[in-house]
Amino acid sequence: MDPLDGEVKSAMLTALIRKELRKAGAAPFILDISIEVPPGITILFGPSGAGKSTLLDCIAGLALPDEGRIVVGGAVLFDSASAANLPAQKRRIAYVFQTLALFPHLTVEENVAYGLTHLQADERAKRIAEILNAFRVEKLYKQKPGEISGGEKQRIALARSLVTDPCVLLLDEPLTGLDAELKSAIVDDLRSWNAAKRIPILYVTHSREEVDALGERVIAIDYGRVVTAGAPMDVLDAPRRKRLAQAAGFENLLDGTVLDLREADGVMRVRLGATACELEVPLGYAAAGDRVRVAIRAGDILLATEHPRGLSARNVIEGRISSLESRGTMVIARVDCGVTLAVHITPGAVRALELAAGRKVWLVLKTHSCHLVE
Amino acid sequence: MNMEALFLSLRLACCVSAILLVIGMPVAYWLAYSNWRGKFLLESVVALPLVLPPTVLGFYALVAMGPRGPLGKLWSALFGHGLAFTFSGLILASVLYSFPFAVQPLIASFESVDRKLLDASAVLGAGSLRTFWRVILPLSLPGVVTAIVLSFAHTLGEFGVVLMVGGNLAGVTRTVSIDIYDHVQSLEYGQANRMALVLLVISFGVLSVVYAVNRRVWTPWTAK
Repeated sequence: MDPLDGEVKSAMLTALIRKELRKAGAAPFILDISIEVPPGITILFGPSGAGKSTLLDCIAGLALPDEGRIVVGGAVLFDSASAANLPAQKRRIAYVFQTLALFPHLTVEENVAYGLTHLQADERAKRIAEILNAFRVEKLYKQKPGEISGGEKQRIALARSLVTDPCVLLLDEPLTGLDAELKSAIVDDLRSWNAAKRIPILYVTHSREEVDALGERVIAIDYGRVVTAGAPMDVLDAPRRKRLAQAAGFENLLDGTVLDLREADGVMRVRLGATACELEVPLGYAAAGDRVRVAIRAGDILLATEHPRGLSARNVIEGRISSLESRGTMVIARVDCGVTLAVHITPGAVRALELAAGRKVWLVLKTHSCHLVE
Repeated sequence: MNMEALFLSLRLACCVSAILLVIGMPVAYWLAYSNWRGKFLLESVVALPLVLPPTVLGFYALVAMGPRGPLGKLWSALFGHGLAFTFSGLILASVLYSFPFAVQPLIASFESVDRKLLDASAVLGAGSLRTFWRVILPLSLPGVVTAIVLSFAHTLGEFGVVLMVGGNLAGVTRTVSIDIYDHVQSLEYGQANRMALVLLVISFGVLSVVYAVNRRVWTPWTAK
């Protein structure tokens, strides 16, 4: 057997967790999840309130599952069947919170040293110097968290967690609020750190951008359950649920009725709402007359000012621009075709095509840009 | 001026604040972080001295400390003399009486420490004792100062409980407030006034420290 194979298997995090959360005046929220996280970055994706943070809290030992089993490599951290429950401070799981939770009264050095009390002073100093170098914050030793920038704080929080040599790293949206460049710089540092350690990293986010930047594997959860798991493309480009679709950036969610199925072509026709507007969409588990919901990215729709011809795209819909809304380098055009569709275009396209509210346009949609969701 | 009474009062206040700090911290910790449903009962007990007339508290303390009271018996068995009308008895009664003044600021400041910091401490491998010393206590320093100062000031100014439990033995239980009362009773207004003024100045100074700390006029670390 390949020795690396064994190592990889032994370092895997597996968690089977069931936990009921009760809140006054609301239906109980049930987290019922089974995940496997191999070494490397796995993204936990889902809308807010999906149960992501609770799941991480359970894995870290900060929340107690009602039932389940949490194992890292061969070590059982929690097992309801045998009443095993290792306290958080013994789990060797690093956890970076969204708020980072740096100790405000301690210097950067003291913060990073916090998890290293079991080491000799010189070994501790060596480890601190190493990790601060790895995350490029070696100049901040004596500063307090209140005196450093947001990006530096995020680096320190990562360094403080990783210096303890954990078995698993949990990251709860640790990079929100950073600009893309800084974010990818930090992620690169994290990646190169983990290239040597190969521990499972569970990275929570609800930002599509971060998924694309990090993506090795994605586990999508919603309403406390795993919805899908796999490569980012498979999970997020064909979302099967409405909330997930919205979270993954599908701006258009349209209700329709199936008109007929064309199994030979692998497509079916759907009439949108009560309009005459028809779409050809990929074949799904549906029968003629069924109500379905179609998700379409605003960026996947083409807009033309003349009736286009000679296209491979099967859907050309006529409509009128009802509004143009500028969002920085992007313009959101809302087009009334009986139902209103959002279309993302560039400011240049708006000028070149002389687009304005009230203008008659045609929308072009590829069949496979239309996704059926639950 | 009766320096003996003043020093007795200061000695009493110092002992009481020190004892309250030691007892108050675990009690406050438990009240701040426990999830026990019956917690409100202990909270009420802790707050009781705030609403009870000092004479009521003093009366029960006296009965308990008396030669036939449980505390008095225990004390005699241990030390060979009674507890009532002694300095030790005075300390015990004052600790009870000033308890909420120490515990409530501690609870408030412990509760205001961000829970995420406690979680962070735990995942970094610290047990609850270490988390308390390294995170909760340093971040609760204003509350600790408030607790010490308030129990000191409150003990310094108490009258009813001291009178009930301690009586009026010069050098043993005659505190400043009792001394003032004595002077007024014997129409020595001048002496009463001097004592009262000293107490007024000390109390004002002490409260100024509390508010300065809470307004962060000076802080032990850089704010945020």
